[in-house]
Amino acid sequence: MAVPSTIIYQYLRSKKKFPHVWCPGCGIGITMGALLRALADLEVDKNDVAMVAGIGCTGRMSVYCDFHTLHTTHGRALAFATGVKLAKPNMRVIAVSGDGDALAIGGNHFIHAARRNIDITLILVNNKTYGMTGGQYSPTTPSGKFGSTAPYGNVEYPFDVFELAKGAGANYFARGTVYHATLLQVLMKKALEKKGFSVVEVISNCHTLYGRLNREGSAVKMIEWMNENAVNVKVASKKTPEELEGKFLIGEMLNIDRPEYCERYEQLIERLGGKSKAQNEARSPQHEAVEQ
Amino acid sequence: MSKNNIRLMQGNEACASGALAAGVSFFGGYPITPSTEIAELLARELPKNGGHFIQMEDEIASIAAVIGASVAGAKSMTATSGPGFSLMQENLGYAYMTEVPCVVVNVQRGGPSTGLPTKVSQSDTMQAKWGTHGDYFPIVLSASSVQECFDMSVRAFNLSEKYHSPVILLLDEVLGHMREKIRIPEKDEVQLIERCKPTVPPEWFQPFELTPTHISPMAGYGNGYRFHYTGLTHDPFGFPTGKPSEIREKLDKLMLKITQNVDDICTHKEEFLEDSHIVVIAYGITARVAQQAVRIARHRRFKVGLFQPETIWPFPEKALKRALEHADLAIVAELNQGQLIHEVSRIARSKVKVQGVFRYDGEIMTPTEIVNKIREAN
Ligand SMILES: Cc1ncc(C[n+]2csc(CCOP(=O)(O)OP(=O)(O)O)c2C)c(N)n1
Ligand code: SF4
Repeated sequence: MAVPSTIIYQYLRSKKKFPHVWCPGCGIGITMGALLRALADLEVDKNDVAMVAGIGCTGRMSVYCDFHTLHTTHGRALAFATGVKLAKPNMRVIAVSGDGDALAIGGNHFIHAARRNIDITLILVNNKTYGMTGGQYSPTTPSGKFGSTAPYGNVEYPFDVFELAKGAGANYFARGTVYHATLLQVLMKKALEKKGFSVVEVISNCHTLYGRLNREGSAVKMIEWMNENAVNVKVASKKTPEELEGKFLIGEMLNIDRPEYCERYEQLIERLGGKSKAQNEARSPQHEAVEQ
Repeated sequence: MSKNNIRLMQGNEACASGALAAGVSFFGGYPITPSTEIAELLARELPKNGGHFIQMEDEIASIAAVIGASVAGAKSMTATSGPGFSLMQENLGYAYMTEVPCVVVNVQRGGPSTGLPTKVSQSDTMQAKWGTHGDYFPIVLSASSVQECFDMSVRAFNLSEKYHSPVILLLDEVLGHMREKIRIPEKDEVQLIERCKPTVPPEWFQPFELTPTHISPMAGYGNGYRFHYTGLTHDPFGFPTGKPSEIREKLDKLMLKITQNVDDICTHKEEFLEDSHIVVIAYGITARVAQQAVRIARHRRFKVGLFQPETIWPFPEKALKRALEHADLAIVAELNQGQLIHEVSRIARSKVKVQGVFRYDGEIMTPTEIVNKIREAN
């Protein structure tokens, strides 16, 4: 892995906004690090990035990143991001949400962003619980697992986020974990490069709440569990069903090229003889003169 | 005046045309009777001039997209009716908090709930003022004619761009669908206000800078200014704060930028007030009925006048006080069970008797109902 600090510092409000609010050992920090390294790999100008976040521990990422950051309402990041993207089609729009944010209150926006196949990258931190509000069960809490509102074990079924994204029409889906930080960076980079709606689901640890309620141990233990139970899709096909019992898949699981929404709308504008916004605006206006 | 500028138009069409004249470039909405024609017209017109229309998955998403587009720099709007307006409330609060210009048209129908989708009502008067949680000071306009649908649509954009705030434009089912003759102003007759932009270099920029006018420049996206917006109570840099002094400053900013400018924001119309002992107060479509009623009563020698607030929030308080100076009765006519009457009573104090004429059966009021009230009073 590259030297961490120097690369990601350029994208952080490092002098102003730290220390952060997350519990020591929380996987959201690793997720943010991977995202910023992926952006660095792509040499993205921070003036070209809009980060639109929902509410939750995950949404707080928007405070620390030095982009155009929009910390919105609970569940609505993708809907706000849609407006941002349409007003600034040349901007790289990244949405960050927790599993409750993206899939419970924001589930409708998730499937519709995928259906439109709008060019937004969603970083979905799946810690299987509502972190910020204290460990309640979420749409990704496995059956039988405990939450503060599932004191007898969860009687509901969790979403399969991959099937959901695929079924709804996304162009790209990958799953990573906070153990596999380098892979996560690679997957995020591919998602960012992909035109259309792309999702990176990050299996993360909330040891403070979910881990404690389910006796899964410390942050380190939870992250080790990810290492022990994640199977890369590339090798999964060679494994027997018995070998895959209780495991989960990571890696790139969907990568298609359905035409993207903004481009289709731009074509409509052109067909009607209008002037498209995207062509009027050059990407990455240079502002070095005023940068510190 | 050129004859070509005269059109026969529906209120909803006029509202959408006004928005185009004001330079709207983004509409996000969800179909709902009786507002849908606004979306339909903009779906047709916006892409022709490079603007963007999108039908979102619901009204929560619609207002979210509108705010996102506006933050990024686009003049944005949505249009809805009661049920959709209810769904928008949380994100509207976000726009008040983050001081984002946008226009929300509510073509009112009867409620509560699904209510009367195709019938007239003015029962969102209070929701427009108090719909979302927390302390905030909305700007709400109420149109009473098709011409006003056009003019107020332009004005709603101007006020939102000037005060960096959502502006609610209230229409109603009758007005939205009614056809009247209107005059479309020439392009150069339409005066437009644009949000003020920062002049400082990016490293000095504070998105919620405390200024004497309480309005802070807006940078938009992609101009080299990177900044944070949040619905959490924030400091002048836009970052969450828990400091009592900063919390107070933020909430005062939201209040003062409106309350210090009521004279600029509030407009009203009046008729025959000079010698009137009775003042009929009506807004929206009911103001048209009230005007007719007042003229009939005048004909019968009643000393009665009309006061029509065009801005209902903030309410044109000073003007109403003046109007009531020599009056002993105020009659408030509205299509609900009594909403704006509370504001009128507050302003009239105990000096002037305040009575209401309320209709809430899905039908428009008739002049006779108001004339009868005037006669009873004498
Ligand atoms: C409309 C609304 N309902 C509820 C809440 C309270 N709330 C804040 S964060 C949150 C859930 C957070 O869980 P998740 O999205 O999984 O993110 P995490 O904190 O785990 O990163 C809830 C329910 C809210 N802010 N707004
Ligand atoms: S509560 Fe859980 S998700 Fe939130 S910061 Fe702590 S460990 Fe992370």
